[in-house]
Amino acid sequence: MMLANTTSRHASAASDVQIGGHRQPLMGAPLSRRRGLDLTLKDRNVVSINDLSDDEIRLILDTAERISELAARDEHPDLLGGWVLSTLFFEPSTRTRLSFESAMKRLGGDVIGFQEGASTSATKGETLADTIRMVSGYSDAAVLRHSREGAARMCTQFATIPIINGGDGSGQHPTQTLLDLYTIRRYCGKIEGVKVALVGDLKYGRTVHSLAYALARFGARITLVAPRSLEMPSEIIRALAERGVAPRIEVSLEAVIPDADVLYMTRIQKERFPDAEEYAKVAGSYRLTVPALKAAKSGAIVLHPLPRVDEIDTAVDGTPHAKYFEQAQHGVHVRMALLALVLRGEEVLKELHGGRPT
Amino acid sequence: MKELKVTPIKNGTVIDHITVGMALQVVRILGIAERGASSTVSVLMHVPSAAQSWKDVVKIEDRELEPNEVDRISLIAPKATINIIRNFNVEAKHRVALPDEVVGILRCENLNCISNSNEPIESRFRVVRRDPLMVRCTFCEREVTDVLSNMK
Repeated sequence: MMLANTTSRHASAASDVQIGGHRQPLMGAPLSRRRGLDLTLKDRNVVSINDLSDDEIRLILDTAERISELAARDEHPDLLGGWVLSTLFFEPSTRTRLSFESAMKRLGGDVIGFQEGASTSATKGETLADTIRMVSGYSDAAVLRHSREGAARMCTQFATIPIINGGDGSGQHPTQTLLDLYTIRRYCGKIEGVKVALVGDLKYGRTVHSLAYALARFGARITLVAPRSLEMPSEIIRALAERGVAPRIEVSLEAVIPDADVLYMTRIQKERFPDAEEYAKVAGSYRLTVPALKAAKSGAIVLHPLPRVDEIDTAVDGTPHAKYFEQAQHGVHVRMALLALVLRGEEVLKELHGGRPT
Repeated sequence: MKELKVTPIKNGTVIDHITVGMALQVVRILGIAERGASSTVSVLMHVPSAAQSWKDVVKIEDRELEPNEVDRISLIAPKATINIIRNFNVEAKHRVALPDEVVGILRCENLNCISNSNEPIESRFRVVRRDPLMVRCTFCEREVTDVLSNMK
């Protein structure tokens, strides 16, 4: 059901939500006013998670929570009718592109774009700078994925519309971090003090570096679990320690399962290893199985940015711990929240609350 | 300057208080080593200095530095002073100032950074630490500690 706005018969029941077994207030009043801050995300570029303050991240997560709550009732607020998003994917992507497109369409907006650079003028030698200037005239915001690190940041110099980074090279991927935070908060009720084990390729993994920084900002307790050759870069470990969140370092996955609230698995890529035998040995020891999960806390959750290969046995999918497909689904709600706030600002909060006085 | 056993120059630039050992790097980044010079260049190394105990000095006759060259020197010799000499007099004297953002001078050591592509942009680095110097690429956020070898 697409609502013209959210002034609905359900509006009066929207002040509390069940999150991870805790009943807690959701959004009685717009957070910007409730916190006495002059937040605004309107027209903001989101290239790195560090472009957002803690309060801005909370605002996005709370807005996503509200959107999720409405979606559970099959309500999709028509916040972006008439707005156009460009999805500029110079590199292939399934989840990020589809979830942005789904997010925009569920909010009543439209999407233009391409799925691979080969079909664009880039093959004729057009610079990304020229492409983004042109796209600024076609749409109201753009999501960019590009093979080169820093591509999205560069686009902010040339664009006249907000740029959202959908992943650049092995660099930043802020919306993945937002949806990871959202998922942890949703199932654990909070982020502060939650024990999160980041497992697998912590050296090259695009998502885990910015997630580690963000978890540190919100006071999570981090354990890093990786083979020696794929350890988290030392400068990141140092930076986390400087922020007062010295991570625990482990090599064995089994050692961290009993204590973890969140097992965040990542894919170990074959091409990172000199030979197939070494890969098989390492990949096998970081494979999460149902028997291994017997040692986990009953409320522990397993997350994965996807795509997974074989680091999580498919038998795990049927356990209550498996939340990675829900995590991907939450990505739509988080991106809906981000798009609505970036394109229209905090005025959408009023509509999300059905026109209640805020 | 008499105690330095080097004659005063009539016109040109004296770069004083260069971090000891860095004089030849200053000569290098001014392009003197590659392009040559049309007049005398004097390099004084390991000279006593009241302020720094030891320093290097470079004198370039008949040449005044461009702002871009001064910025380059600030990256490797942050305490250097630039003396403009005209007719044996010090016409102007100022310390180099390390800018907050270094534009167009360094190359990002991340070869996959967008600043190393054919895009119409200059490299940009934010100074995140002054002593010892550390700069961070504005585009890819990679940190560069070996500034000298990444100078364009």
